[in-house]
Amino acid sequence: MPDIEITNLETLPGRSITKHLGMVQGNTVRAKHVGRDIMAGFKNIVGGELRGYTELLTESRDESVNRMVEEARALGANAILNVRFSTSSVSAGASELYVYGTAVVVS
Amino acid sequence: MYTAQRLWLASMASLFVFLFLLALGYFFGRMNEARHFQSLERREADLADITVSNTKQIPQGMSDCQFVSGNVVISIDYFKRLLAGIRTLFGGRINAYATLVERARREAVLRMKEQASDNNMRHISNLRLETASVFKNAKTNIGSLEVYAYGTAVK
Repeated sequence: MPDIEITNLETLPGRSITKHLGMVQGNTVRAKHVGRDIMAGFKNIVGGELRGYTELLTESRDESVNRMVEEARALGANAILNVRFSTSSVSAGASELYVYGTAVVVS
Repeated sequence: MYTAQRLWLASMASLFVFLFLLALGYFFGRMNEARHFQSLERREADLADITVSNTKQIPQGMSDCQFVSGNVVISIDYFKRLLAGIRTLFGGRINAYATLVERARREAVLRMKEQASDNNMRHISNLRLETASVFKNAKTNIGSLEVYAYGTAVK
């Protein structure tokens, strides 16, 4: 994600907002897969981190951020402010990662 | 007689598997948890100079925003899940899950701090923590949960 600044603050310090472009968003729905599930089944017995799932969620979150950035870029923004994430499990074995923020032009 | 014997054997086998999983969960779960807490404490001490706040203001004289985040998916062990299951019959405090959530939260914050320290940042503003029980299914009803921590790092 180059050239577009992402922050979850409401302003960028030392810069002023010259134009508001409205809300931008991105989402992905991901399902787990069997290979990762076997390892997770084992970890469910001994406890501990499910590394496969951690990676899976990181990838999915990056993907939704990328979608949001693409949308902001199409609007001509150079920053996205007040970014928020939300996660919900849509059905058994699948979850949605949603990210949203406000696209702006800062000087 | 023959079928009764088979039934008995089968039930003994499943009892054995259950006890085996319970023992496995108890020993490895305890070991993993103790080791995780040790590593958390060590890394927290290393990164103590990066301050974190959940206010939107950034400290005087700091600039150069960067978005940082960390996440972790963590699972409870078989033994504790059983304990928690029994607990839900009577209600009350479930310590087993309390430590699980604590571990996940501290780990996620640490990963976020590690990312900030890799970029030579000194402070993280507007920390948000999000907890979700992901990939929930009928078999492992709570099992694992994800904690995601994010904020804006400045230097």
